[in-house]
Amino acid sequence: MAIKVQIPTPMRDQSDGKAEVEVNGETVQAVLDDLVRQYPGLGSKLFDNGKIRPFVNVFIDEEDIRYLDEMETKVADGATVALIPAVAGG
Amino acid sequence: MKCRVCGKLYPESAINFCVDDFGPLEVTYDYAKIASQLSRAELERRPATMWRFQEFLPIGFDQPIVGRNVGATPLVKADRLAEALGVKKLWVKNDAVNFPTLSFKDRVVSVALSKALEFKMTTVGCASTGNLANSVAAQAASAGLDTFILVPADLERTKILGTAVYGARVIGCLGTYDEVNRLCTQIALKYGWGFVNVNLRPFYAEGSKTMGFEIAQDLGWRFPQHVVSPMAGGALIGKIHKAFNELYATGLVDTPVTTKMHGAQATGCNPISDAVKTGREKHKPVRKPNTICKSLAIGDPADGIFAAKLVRETGGWAEDATDEEIIEGMKLLAQTEGIFAETAGGTTVAVARKLIESSRIPRDEEIVLCITGNGLKTQDAIFDTLEEPSVIKPTLGEFELLSGLAEARPEPVLV
Repeated sequence: MAIKVQIPTPMRDQSDGKAEVEVNGETVQAVLDDLVRQYPGLGSKLFDNGKIRPFVNVFIDEEDIRYLDEMETKVADGATVALIPAVAGG
Repeated sequence: MKCRVCGKLYPESAINFCVDDFGPLEVTYDYAKIASQLSRAELERRPATMWRFQEFLPIGFDQPIVGRNVGATPLVKADRLAEALGVKKLWVKNDAVNFPTLSFKDRVVSVALSKALEFKMTTVGCASTGNLANSVAAQAASAGLDTFILVPADLERTKILGTAVYGARVIGCLGTYDEVNRLCTQIALKYGWGFVNVNLRPFYAEGSKTMGFEIAQDLGWRFPQHVVSPMAGGALIGKIHKAFNELYATGLVDTPVTTKMHGAQATGCNPISDAVKTGREKHKPVRKPNTICKSLAIGDPADGIFAAKLVRETGGWAEDATDEEIIEGMKLLAQTEGIFAETAGGTTVAVARKLIESSRIPRDEEIVLCITGNGLKTQDAIFDTLEEPSVIKPTLGEFELLSGLAEARPEPVLV
């Protein structure tokens, strides 16, 4: 079993139009590294100098990683990772 | 539109973030052109609504406008509140009486729904802590748009009623505002509906500037030394300051902006004031907000980084108020100025008091407090703290006894 990463619509030009990509990895960092390995065009969108950009929020099965162990959060097999733009609301 | 992080330019469309770095998009204007077309005299000739400042809003003169009568709320010289707080020059910008739904959100919604019509959208919606829900529902009804409103299920009854009455589909979500907000982002991305504070957010947020334009105009085309603004998502405080900068950029105000911007939050949900006080660049989100001030209960504010930066850069400060202090603030404003503000207004008054007492705001300088919502919507918060009315028989004797007027006369002695 792999982990699914949901790609937001405006980023799909860098994922061959795919809404969901299957990846592997034990932590959020490893999962996103594998995503970027498969679709290098997503690298600069998600990371700035190796750090996750401030305006993208990462959720594992509906849970915000900032309330867990951030990029070191463990990701179980079969989990769904969502990348959600942060600039909404208020 | 332009990305606030990398500066990449975008044509106007229903998108709120940069596809390169997820940074927020902001509307840009040609200030030289506006300066050549606009004068104080011209602005003063126009009807007193926020649309007086249309050149500074992202809606063309050939486009339909929703909410033509919004704005132009009173700037009240608040001498009795000033005395109570121990300051000399104080004003209250009173959006508690904004039209049509008694909060500053009428301004942002007016712009967002005008844009929705321009984009030929037929369904609009929002994630809301209440005031926005009221305004979207009312103004969408007036424009004949279908509406989906998503709110935290534990919201004040009055705010839910004041949304449902307009025929909007109200959906209470079992979760925090931030969870509701994330759901709306997912719906907007999938179905392309016009969510005013998601994919229409760059346009929506511009509406907040009109509060700043009106403050400067009502002060006689100049800026106050201090503004105290409540912070939920953190956009309003920035847009008021942007409005001041735009008035200077277009020559409508002659002196550069030196206003110190101060932000107010509730202690039970204080990600931005905490970031300011601890010197952190990016706020730490608050997972479970716990405050009576539900309209400011955004644990993960979209403009948190920008608001904290603005407060620091302008020499202002941020503070937060406990529930007790919020209630005291509401009562103080009501009892000195006759203005019944909602909990966010109580927060702003309470924080202003703290900033004055800690000398962050000098007592002899000019202060404007931004009151953004109406107390009739948050009656639940103070109902139990007010004295029950006395009940008497309708006789003069009972009235005199109750009001102490009878004491001068000897009571009849019962044998």
